[in-house]
Amino acid sequence: MKTNYDVIIIGSGIVGSLIARYLSRYELSVLVVEKQADVGMCPSSANSAIIHAGYDPKPGSVKAAMNAEGNKIWHTLAPELGIMHKKTGSCVAALGEEELPVLNELLENGKANKIPGLEIISGKDFIKKEPLINPLVSGVLWAPTAMVIDPFGAVLAAAENAVTNGVEYLFETEFTGFIFNDNTITGIHTNKGDFSCRWAINAAGLYSDEVAHKAGIRKGFKIIPRKGGYLVFDAAKFQINNVLFPVPSGLGKGTLVSVTTHGNILIGPDNEPASGKEDTSTTASGMAAIISGAKKLIPTIDERNAIAMYEGIRAKGNGDRDFIIERPDEINAFINICGIESPGFASAPAIALKAVELMKEGGENFKDKKSWNPVRKPFPHFHRMNMEEKAALVKQNPAYGRIVCRCEEVTEGEIIDAIHSPIPARTYDGIKRRTWLGTGRCQGAFDYPRVIQILARELGIDETEVTKKGKGSELAFRRTKWL
Amino acid sequence: MALTYDVIIIGAGPAGLAAAIEAKKTGAQRVLIIERNNEPGGILTQCIHNGFGSVIFKKDLPGPSYAHNFITQAREVEIEMLFDTMVIDITPNRSIYATSKNGFMEFQAGAIVLAMGCRERTRSQIRIPGTRPAGVFTAGMVQRMVNIENLMPGKNFVILGSGDIGMIMARRLTLEGANVIKVVELMPYLTGLRRNYVQCLQDFNIPLELSTTIKTINGNNRVESVETLKVDESLKQIPGTEQIIPCDSVLLSVGLIPENELSKKAGVILDPLTGGPEVDEKMATNIPGIFAAGNAVTIYDLVDYVSEAGFTAGRNAALFASGNTISPADTIKILPGENVRTVVPQAINKQLSGNQVLIELRVTKDFPSPVKIELTDGDNVVLAFREKYARPAEMITLKINPELFMEKTAGISGALKVRAL
Ligand SMILES: Cc1cc2nc3c(=O)[nH]c(=O)nc-3n(C[C@H](O)[C@H](O)[C@H](O)COP(=O)(O)OP(=O)(O)OC[C@H]3O[C@@H](n4cnc5c(N)ncnc54)[C@H](O)[C@@H]3O)c2cc1C
Ligand SMILES: Cc1cc2nc3c(=O)[nH]c(=O)nc-3n(C[C@H](O)[C@H](O)[C@H](O)COP(=O)(O)OP(=O)(O)OC[C@H]3O[C@@H](n4cnc5c(N)ncnc54)[C@H](O)[C@@H]3O)c2cc1C
Repeated sequence: MKTNYDVIIIGSGIVGSLIARYLSRYELSVLVVEKQADVGMCPSSANSAIIHAGYDPKPGSVKAAMNAEGNKIWHTLAPELGIMHKKTGSCVAALGEEELPVLNELLENGKANKIPGLEIISGKDFIKKEPLINPLVSGVLWAPTAMVIDPFGAVLAAAENAVTNGVEYLFETEFTGFIFNDNTITGIHTNKGDFSCRWAINAAGLYSDEVAHKAGIRKGFKIIPRKGGYLVFDAAKFQINNVLFPVPSGLGKGTLVSVTTHGNILIGPDNEPASGKEDTSTTASGMAAIISGAKKLIPTIDERNAIAMYEGIRAKGNGDRDFIIERPDEINAFINICGIESPGFASAPAIALKAVELMKEGGENFKDKKSWNPVRKPFPHFHRMNMEEKAALVKQNPAYGRIVCRCEEVTEGEIIDAIHSPIPARTYDGIKRRTWLGTGRCQGAFDYPRVIQILARELGIDETEVTKKGKGSELAFRRTKWL
Repeated sequence: MALTYDVIIIGAGPAGLAAAIEAKKTGAQRVLIIERNNEPGGILTQCIHNGFGSVIFKKDLPGPSYAHNFITQAREVEIEMLFDTMVIDITPNRSIYATSKNGFMEFQAGAIVLAMGCRERTRSQIRIPGTRPAGVFTAGMVQRMVNIENLMPGKNFVILGSGDIGMIMARRLTLEGANVIKVVELMPYLTGLRRNYVQCLQDFNIPLELSTTIKTINGNNRVESVETLKVDESLKQIPGTEQIIPCDSVLLSVGLIPENELSKKAGVILDPLTGGPEVDEKMATNIPGIFAAGNAVTIYDLVDYVSEAGFTAGRNAALFASGNTISPADTIKILPGENVRTVVPQAINKQLSGNQVLIELRVTKDFPSPVKIELTDGDNVVLAFREKYARPAEMITLKINPELFMEKTAGISGALKVRAL
């Protein structure tokens, strides 16, 4: 096994994966270590999925700059990497006269952050665009540059593109400490052994405080995890056209109601304390809060039509809560990125480029890689094709003709693609995240046995070794008695 | 190029098989069943327990044997069948699009029978909070894993829901060596058949706790425990009654939903109460030439009546395809009234010919002593029936002579309501 790299990135969330992708254009050997079994598990795949326009961070903050710049980059990066996205724009809806002044404050804030196209629309006009909105709507701040994205798909796309261009990923590999030579980082310890490097980058998200502490810096900085849960609705049950936020409260951006790239409707998040950084359990009180919050915007929501629920964890910092992106003076060869809470996803491309910039300032001499290919083509997606395209695809490869997931129309061909992709899916959930299999109305009731068979066959393992999300989550533990 | 058939049936379960056989017998030349599984029989292929066929065969058959009778007949009358083939779209003018490893196909049908069966309600639909580990399954999914794939998905089970599939799986898992700790049911009554309670739970000493639900599911990789909780008569949770039950699997048997994504694409109107298409006594939907039968229409508990409905749909589909159909006459709407939850068919033609009319209904509450089922047109009782008892879990089938129906409803212009008293 190779143990010597130019750059080691700790963490494969959206920030780590985009850094990997941007570094892959240079003549460097790059390793990403990820303690989970897949890229972007949480929170990079469990969030509101909004590429915020950038009107709400405090003017002059790092957040404000990164958000504005990140939003701009996503508009070209998403198509380049074949990431599902919808250029929806977003709306903050004021209910009643008393909430109207907040829209003006946001508008002014947005102007200070140089966010293009912001305007306030009257409630009357907005109801025509969004008939299900609470009739009390008095005005709306319209931000045309906001968009929705497929968050896991985005992390995966960045990581796949990085791997295609030579970056290596190691999963179930947990960083446990740095190796120092005086005040220069020369490598890392992991549960899979030591690796040496010329640069180390902390992109550990929720754990970025602990990684920074191991580097001996930011001792006072601490991440306090807080939960943010969601309910997903079958789009057939109610339709909206926009990304709708309430006016912000002290706690954050409030409960949104949003379209998703996949055509479902998302409501959330709540804001409950988490018992730890891995506490992604949903609670009845949290779900009740989400539903009542969302009903303020769309009063006719019927919670019985929810088809899925999940929880994300916010990486809430204890200080002024601005992003930390730095090359600390006291250590050489280290880029430290901490406290990337919302709008971290929207900001991620800018954060990643900033990290590369800091390496340059730190003396790294980047040489372009001639073979670099910035474009990633996504695998075929049967469900989203028209009849002619479907027919052509099945003709080209019969595996795309066999539908395994009935609700989302995911085919065997797509599952095989996912298993043999640059960042291979090795679990049921891995396939689910890549193909949307099992995410529809029946939540996998039909596909489970079939996916177990395909995974076992393609990975060359026994069906009893197939897991939902890694070791310990086997879906069957033995054969039945008589066979 | 579209392949042309007189009648195309979607789904080779008992409803679809019966429809195909009857369509052929009625004179349809080319009859095709399209089935997404790799064999015919529908849900019955995994129902290896007894209890099928008491009405049609006067026998107590396992599901596969019941299906086998129909499959044999279907082969005899030369029904064409396509397996491992999924229908993905239907249009109101009866074009059908399907896909399989053999290619992408387009069909044109003289008439269509929708017989797609049902799917199970899931954890998200009843919103059980907690973590998302492996080990949370729906009952039908486990039935398939155990009976068809020969895979044991767990060792220690808690079952939520006292529906038939849940109880049958409690017994099946016990026979396979698993430990079924208990069955918990939200309602104050059993939601499945009594006979299944006796044969599947009592006989195996599996406790049933009524008025109880699962509050949370715990465990990271695999289920580690569930927390149960009592509810009062209005189904409100009673704090302080929580109990932690260590287990590695949760089986959900919390209801079935008719499968109708395709029906919607074809513009078929669905009844919000049944979740299936609105049909008349011919099993005709609002779209001319599109018929429906079986669990896709309403959730049946006896397969025999599924087959009956399939016969009716198949016969009328064949007549429609051959142009021998009476132009849509006046219909009388049939609506659920007092103490009745669902009624199928939702309309009956005023002009009836030959065959018995079946009305399938479910009541909203337990009637332990004899109960009157009445069809009324507001004030007057038009037809009355007696049942020894009525329970929400058991569908009631009324069999009506067509002449009698026409005679009794001759002067009626509005709707008929079905009530239970
Ligand atoms: C509820 C919620 C809603 C949000 N909504 C939005 C939104 O709409 N728009 C927006 O822009 N932002 C939003 N965000 C914020 C956004 O999701 C995050 O800012 C972003 O995902 C952070 O990405 P990251 O790569 O920094 O961190 P992470 O996603 O946390 O990735 C860090 C990775 O590092 C790995 N790791 C950690 N420790 C180690 C170790 N010791 N060894 C190896 N690997 C390790 C982790 O396993 C993880 O994969 C939301 C966040 C939440 C929680
Ligand atoms: C666990 C269980 C236990 C039962 N026990 C009994 C019992 O003891 N006694 C009794 O009388 N009844 C019992 N029943 C009820 C009986 O089995 C059902 O009522 C009957 O199977 C319903 O038949 P169906 O044809 O409507 O649906 P199904 O049997 O579900 O058949 C529908 C078919 O349509 C196919 N299909 C769906 N969509 C498509 C598509 N898009 N393209 C192609 N094909 C498609 C499906 O693959 C399936 O094969 C039980 C049911 C279950 C689930």
